[in-house]
Amino acid sequence: MKHLITITVNGDPYSIAVDPWRTLNEVLREDLGLTGTKLGCGEGDCGACTVLVDGRSVSSCLTLAVAVDGKDIMTIEGLAFSGEELHPIQEAFIEKGAIQCGFCTSGMELSALNLLTKNPSPDEEEIRTAISGNLCRCTGYYNIVDAIGAAAEKMKQTNDNN
Amino acid sequence: MSLARFDYYAPESIEDACRLLMEQGGGAVVMAGGTDVLLKMHRGLLKANTVIDLQKIKGMNRISFEEGKGLTIGAMARLADVELHPIIKYRYPAVADAAKATANVQIRNMGTVAGNLCNAAPSADNAPVLIAMGAEVTLAGVKGQRQLPLDEFFKGPGLTAIGEGEIFTSIHVPIAPEGSGASYKHISPRGKVDISAVGVGVMLTMNGDICEEAKIALGAVAPIPMRAIKAEKIIKGRRISSDLLEKAGIEASHECKPITDVRATAEYRKKMVAVLTIRAIDEASSRASGK
Repeated sequence: MKHLITITVNGDPYSIAVDPWRTLNEVLREDLGLTGTKLGCGEGDCGACTVLVDGRSVSSCLTLAVAVDGKDIMTIEGLAFSGEELHPIQEAFIEKGAIQCGFCTSGMELSALNLLTKNPSPDEEEIRTAISGNLCRCTGYYNIVDAIGAAAEKMKQTNDNN
Repeated sequence: MSLARFDYYAPESIEDACRLLMEQGGGAVVMAGGTDVLLKMHRGLLKANTVIDLQKIKGMNRISFEEGKGLTIGAMARLADVELHPIIKYRYPAVADAAKATANVQIRNMGTVAGNLCNAAPSADNAPVLIAMGAEVTLAGVKGQRQLPLDEFFKGPGLTAIGEGEIFTSIHVPIAPEGSGASYKHISPRGKVDISAVGVGVMLTMNGDICEEAKIALGAVAPIPMRAIKAEKIIKGRRISSDLLEKAGIEASHECKPITDVRATAEYRKKMVAVLTIRAIDEASSRASGK
């Protein structure tokens, strides 16, 4: 039996009928066409499928869509609000060369956001811990750690200017 | 990932959840955070006709502390909530450490302490220190609820004392005695995100530098989290010294019964039990004396 769920994705409300065995990852990618959220291992290890549910980073591959009824979802497509101007995290990833193949990037950036909203001035160890659930096979992590540090600075400046 | 078909229920009370579980019989599985249940279903290790999700039950995610009574962690309280809870960090730092040692950020945002215990992996990070601290679980069924020491909860890898139609509703940690301190130390090949190869939980009650009471529990070195009774006896009633720590570590290493698997060899685990037991006793005694 399908269940009718109401969710907010990147600020937009959706009512969708979903089979209970379908994951949030499947519904985002296949029903809503939001393919910025990737599917890597499908077992909660690699972090490529990371999205925010009510502001907390989760693995969308291990989340049932039916279980997020009523919740607020943010995917990588929602990070740059206008869709034109990039989020400071995205800018920093580009500037620091933190993206190679790009498959881990959406998960990495959402894990970075999950960290920076709670801890605006993380040290290197805190950054590394925050992305310990996101695997990158290209970069060796150094540029990603650098980028998250730079993003923290950018976000502080943005906040100071407002 | 695609999962085999199942029906889904999110009951709003424990009574409804237990009734559903009885009605649905053996094909039903109870889900808290889902990080173990869905993974097992994905791998085909668990077949379920029905998933009963506990998230809509009011109060199930509650973490409460009462002076004189202790700490109660509801079955839906996320590992991240336990790791970051200010009272747990202050009054039960080793419980917070164990939650923090479990998996990665995303899994801790989803998974629960209760689920980690119910999954009953020998390596469950939250088990050793909770056993050492004398924690008790509450199981609810259609006929009412019962309490059980966590020490008697584990029956084998993946097996627990949860009976037919019963649901794990909370775990209770008593008030730590005056002069006590606890610690959880673990080791794994990659350090942060992978399953522990060895975990050691310790609680000591100190009177000056004499150890009056000691409980040591070892994870991932036997089919279930086990007490290191002989190692406890070595330090009980004695003055804590580096010689004594060494002896307790060696005894714990003799007591445990590890296997060789992908995460570590049995020999390495035995050596690490000694090292981590020493470190955990050391930290627990420092915490006991407020250092």
